[in-house]
Amino acid sequence: MDRTIIELKDLTKTYIVGEIEVHALKSINLTIREGEFVAIMGASGSGKSTLLNLIGCLDQPTSGEYLLDGINTSKLSKNEYAHIRNQKIGFVFQGYNLLARTTAIENVELPLMYDRARRIKDPLKKAVEVLDRVGLSDRIYHIPNQLSGGQQQRVAIARALVNEPSLILADEPTGNLDSVMSVDVFSLFQKLNDEGITVVLVTHERDFANFAKRIVELKDGRITKDFAIKDRLLAEEKYKKLLEEVDD
Amino acid sequence: MQIKNILKVAFKSILKSRMRSLLTALGIIIGVAAVIVMVAIGDGAQRQVEERIASLGSNLLVIFPGASNMGGINRGAGSINRFTMEDVKRIQDEATLIKAVSPVVRSGGQVIGGVGNWSTQVLGVAPNYLEIRDWPLAEGDFFTEKDMLSNAKVAVLGKTVVTNLFPNEDPVGQQIRIRNVPFKVIGVLSSKGQGGMGNDNDDIILAPATTVLYRLSGGRYISYIQASAVSTQLIQAAQDELTRIMREAHHLNPGEDDDFTIRNQADITEAATETSKILTILLASVAGVSLIVGGIGIMNIMLVSVTERTREIGIRLSVGARTSDIMFQFLTEAVVLSLAGGIIGVLVAFGAIFILNDYSDLAAFIKPEIIILAFGFAGAIGIFFGFYPARKAAQLNPIDALRYE
Repeated sequence: MDRTIIELKDLTKTYIVGEIEVHALKSINLTIREGEFVAIMGASGSGKSTLLNLIGCLDQPTSGEYLLDGINTSKLSKNEYAHIRNQKIGFVFQGYNLLARTTAIENVELPLMYDRARRIKDPLKKAVEVLDRVGLSDRIYHIPNQLSGGQQQRVAIARALVNEPSLILADEPTGNLDSVMSVDVFSLFQKLNDEGITVVLVTHERDFANFAKRIVELKDGRITKDFAIKDRLLAEEKYKKLLEEVDD
Repeated sequence: MQIKNILKVAFKSILKSRMRSLLTALGIIIGVAAVIVMVAIGDGAQRQVEERIASLGSNLLVIFPGASNMGGINRGAGSINRFTMEDVKRIQDEATLIKAVSPVVRSGGQVIGGVGNWSTQVLGVAPNYLEIRDWPLAEGDFFTEKDMLSNAKVAVLGKTVVTNLFPNEDPVGQQIRIRNVPFKVIGVLSSKGQGGMGNDNDDIILAPATTVLYRLSGGRYISYIQASAVSTQLIQAAQDELTRIMREAHHLNPGEDDDFTIRNQADITEAATETSKILTILLASVAGVSLIVGGIGIMNIMLVSVTERTREIGIRLSVGARTSDIMFQFLTEAVVLSLAGGIIGVLVAFGAIFILNDYSDLAAFIKPEIIILAFGFAGAIGIFFGFYPARKAAQLNPIDALRYE
């Protein structure tokens, strides 16, 4: 269970805005092993989203090395990047990023359409299966407008799961959700993590970060704290408690 | 991504904004329809001209006297009249590639008979003239070799002459007087309509060549000779043969110029169709411009679509779409749009031509190859004008596309 899945060596990212250089990430060194549940925390502008985008191969670092599953990504072509995004990573966004006017099932099938390896033989069956896994088996033909925020985020998680990735990345997955729904989504992440999927997510709420196994704190583009959580909270229990409170 | 899925996505996004797609395709619809209609009108005009020339007769060869070159002065066709009945007889006897040959003696004048009088053209011809001209009789009989030998005063009337002299009765068996010479009407020609130069083919009286020669024109020279080759392929050979026979008949030495001119139907057709061909090209190129304008419309809309769907592109890229997948998707959309426009354009063109032919005498007609051409052109325009927007979409960085507002 302790195979290294993410290894960042001296990673930097610099944006050039007009004539000013913005150092979003400064010399990041980070190792994440298989099966971990890491919460990246930090104030806005600390570079946490930038870091997650780099890990998710949505963006490229200015310098440094990024080894994903032992593969040095800095030497890859655009198409190989696309292949990694498709095969190894499931990305969940704050704003869900579902295709509008497109049913849940079609949204979930989307990554399979771009799977050139065709690992999954029956895309439709697989999509139904993951929608069932996130508890949306009765909503598969709904379009995003007809779903609540929590349900939309579940569709997005199902889409991230459909290609059976070893790594799930989530950028403020509960940023648009109320606390009850947020806890519900976290319980789903915990469940997936228990099944062996590595989860890395960005959040700025301490309460939610405590659902993770490890917290990495960023400040001004540098890692300031990196520690394991001893008494991890179980989101499912918290969710039940919250529901009882609502009932009262 | 599989072709099936790409097409599905393309159709979906086209149908999502129906009105916009329709207006975009309208440019192509009008362009394709205009090209087809214009070319069809041009082709129709060309075919009409060809038909009128074909109405002269099948595999027709006409031998005109003239082109005399006396003392170095070329006086042009018909400058001296030197064809006689002997020339015709000689062709009849010697030519092997000629199916039928007939002298034509042109005369004319006032014709009296029936209800009044009428000025018309009288042609003296041989009994096989109708075969050369491919011109059937409507009623009665045509004159025979016997009538030729006896200089019989018999005549066959064209439809226009019948209308003017015998509007209410059967002309066959009636007497008419051509320039005061009495003739008996023995037959009526079927209507041949307008000639190649817009003249009335039916305003004519046919009589035996000998009769016209000796009783009306009073000479021994005939105006020209018409012959018909045994087949279309052998027209040139027949023309060469006629040249040889005529040179021998006129005792021309090898160095001397011909004292006659032979024209075949192909020459006449070519001259007449040249004009309508130029017209067709002109019309088609004007219509082609509208097709290009339609293509620019597609490009414009695709560019708007790329901007509008930047987030969608970002989502697709983030789940693993390659640059080529995105490119292909937008290109497919442009091509589907322009091909759909092409199909509708072809249908519109069919409708327009149907109405045109019904309410005008244009006789436009659609060649199958022009449909394929216009259709192919529409597809090519889709690819050409879709390429730039598609490339623009495909080269977006995933994170930039996702952040786009």
